[in-house]
Amino acid sequence: MGEEELEQEQEQVVNPWEVSAKDGGKIDYDKLIDKFGCQRLDQSLIDRVHRLTGSPPHVFLRRGVFFAHRDFNEILDAYEGGKKFYLYTGRGPSSQSLHLGHLIPFMFTKYLQEAFKVPLVIQLTDDEKCMWKNLSVEESKRLARENARDIIACGFDITRTFIFQDFEYVGGSFYNNMVKVEKCVTYNKVVGIFGFSGEDHIGKVSFPAVQAVPSFPSSFPHLFSGKDDLRCLIPCAIDQDPYFRMTRDVAPRIGYHKPSLIESSFFPALQGETGKMSASDPNSAIYVTDSAKEIKNKINKHAFSGGQDSLEKHRKYGANLEVDIPIKYLNFFLEDDDELEHIKKEYAAGRMLTGEAKKRLAEVLTELVERHRLARSAVTDEMVDAFMAVRPLPNMFD
Amino acid sequence: MGYTKDQLLARLKELQIDFAQYEHPTVLTVEAQAKYVGDKGGGLTKNLFLKDKKSRLYIVSALADTKVDMKVLSQRLGLGKGGIRMAPEEALGEILQVPLGCVTPFALVNESARHVSLLLDKGFRTQEHCFFHPLSNDMSISLHANDLDKFLKSVGREATFVDLEANPPVGKDQPPDLAAFVPSGSTILSDPPEKTVPLQGHTENPVSAYKKSTATTVKTTKVPVAVKNVKDKLAVAAHQPSVFSDAGLLVEEILNRTSSLLLSEIKEDSIRQHGEHLGTVVADNIKKRLSSDLKSLAIMFKNTAYAQGFYAGTHHHPKPL
Repeated sequence: MGEEELEQEQEQVVNPWEVSAKDGGKIDYDKLIDKFGCQRLDQSLIDRVHRLTGSPPHVFLRRGVFFAHRDFNEILDAYEGGKKFYLYTGRGPSSQSLHLGHLIPFMFTKYLQEAFKVPLVIQLTDDEKCMWKNLSVEESKRLARENARDIIACGFDITRTFIFQDFEYVGGSFYNNMVKVEKCVTYNKVVGIFGFSGEDHIGKVSFPAVQAVPSFPSSFPHLFSGKDDLRCLIPCAIDQDPYFRMTRDVAPRIGYHKPSLIESSFFPALQGETGKMSASDPNSAIYVTDSAKEIKNKINKHAFSGGQDSLEKHRKYGANLEVDIPIKYLNFFLEDDDELEHIKKEYAAGRMLTGEAKKRLAEVLTELVERHRLARSAVTDEMVDAFMAVRPLPNMFD
Repeated sequence: MGYTKDQLLARLKELQIDFAQYEHPTVLTVEAQAKYVGDKGGGLTKNLFLKDKKSRLYIVSALADTKVDMKVLSQRLGLGKGGIRMAPEEALGEILQVPLGCVTPFALVNESARHVSLLLDKGFRTQEHCFFHPLSNDMSISLHANDLDKFLKSVGREATFVDLEANPPVGKDQPPDLAAFVPSGSTILSDPPEKTVPLQGHTENPVSAYKKSTATTVKTTKVPVAVKNVKDKLAVAAHQPSVFSDAGLLVEEILNRTSSLLLSEIKEDSIRQHGEHLGTVVADNIKKRLSSDLKSLAIMFKNTAYAQGFYAGTHHHPKPL
């Protein structure tokens, strides 16, 4: 119950447009879960996923990257009872180059699609970026299509996936649902949730409805016609929670299921948790277009190390894993649990040096980026058109 | 190889573009050029060939007097401060196919330069004519900005004139105003991946593998690259056999990766270490290490087949009965 609204305190700030920790420190996720009112994803749920899908849970689940949820257990209950669901995720196409942090929700969603064998809709909020980043309509539409290529390269199954961009898709049943949602949310409420002011233009004020309605199957009549009972699971980063708190509040009032959420923590910048990944600083992140050499250099030069200043001190005290970026990144991307444990142990004990940890990280990331690039090279304009075509997906539950 | 000066001049004449030509000894700088054509009115131009940290290339062509601040330019392109510098000499020959001191918008006539972004000084439009090198330093041609525009259109490029001296603020709410000029193709300069990924089943030069991949990613924007009306042709041309469309090549790729991993795992040390269990150990390792890569290949193979079928289906116009 009690899906409270955020109060603006001198606390950490987490909303779709700003993420900052208190006093330039780390984000306190426990406090966040408390404040937002979502649940921790515990081991029993992870085990249940393993059991129901028959395949090992994704590394992001095992490592607590996706760590919070709302009603994920209801999705699993329904699934166990033979009732499928669909996935909904999205991206705000604000820039052409994607970095690894951008890929995380997509990598996880691809795993969910494969493991549960369910359909997926992906929303590209080009209208949002046009409004918030003051891009031209053409430029935001162009970025949406460019980003679609990287998203497709994550390995989504075209027979179960519908990608759409707001500027092309909004209308019809989708718009019907938008108005239904808009009627249920007062101006005051939306100001309370998102912090809009009298100076913000009217586009921003009604945008939340655009991001809310893909949670309702009737927004996609070409896919889910007659399936009003179908549940929706939304994998996203936890800063998107406000949109869906609002959506969950509205859903029962208009006769729909509340969408379930499965939420991830934030991906740290190379310079550390306190650093911010910024589009204007190419050294704050690893991009999918970086070469092996660039990846190695970025990690060596910019990845914040938890190791000690001198060799003697390091051998004596070991590395501080709490702040060490190579370890944090390996936590996200090194699939082998045993190997990760080994590295953490040796590094914390001072037996392994920062250089070695960084070297392993560079290998892991290069492999990932290469695989992504190869897959992306297969994405043609025709393929993007096909993913984005309004078409039925007859095999989406097979 | 690249276009020659004579081929370019012939092209200009074909297009009925008005220009004047002046031969002179080879010059490498604007000052030297000025000695020979400085008294002919119009505007001398300076041409910079630049590269950003992701090896994307740019030609900035400006009036000799226009102040071009590289730091400001870098920010306006969205590359941060200091994100842009002079391109290396080799790129001049490799990409623009012109000699040293000869950077010119006309180099975009070469296919090799198709991903190079072009920024033109809006000051060109205020001049009666401007001077450029026609792919060779021993001549200068002068023509009006509109005619330069006409030429660029003829090679499928947009001529966009920019206020190069402007210094607009760039920040969270003010996106870099020249961001659209950043090319969106893959890495252009020879910076091949260290792990060579053969796309065609046989060992292929990694740089050309890259170029093939850029041929299939056709852009739908007007700035700055690729030819719009050739999009359909390129889309069809992209249907060359690849590991994603040809089952034979796919299987070859899978088997190549598996065998090379197998060979790397079976060594004296590992034989000694695992003895008769080596088979199981290697089998497990192969599954672990190749699973993600092979799944990625397989799903893109499936997606390619679907996309081709979808295209064929949606473009099929059955004859009316």
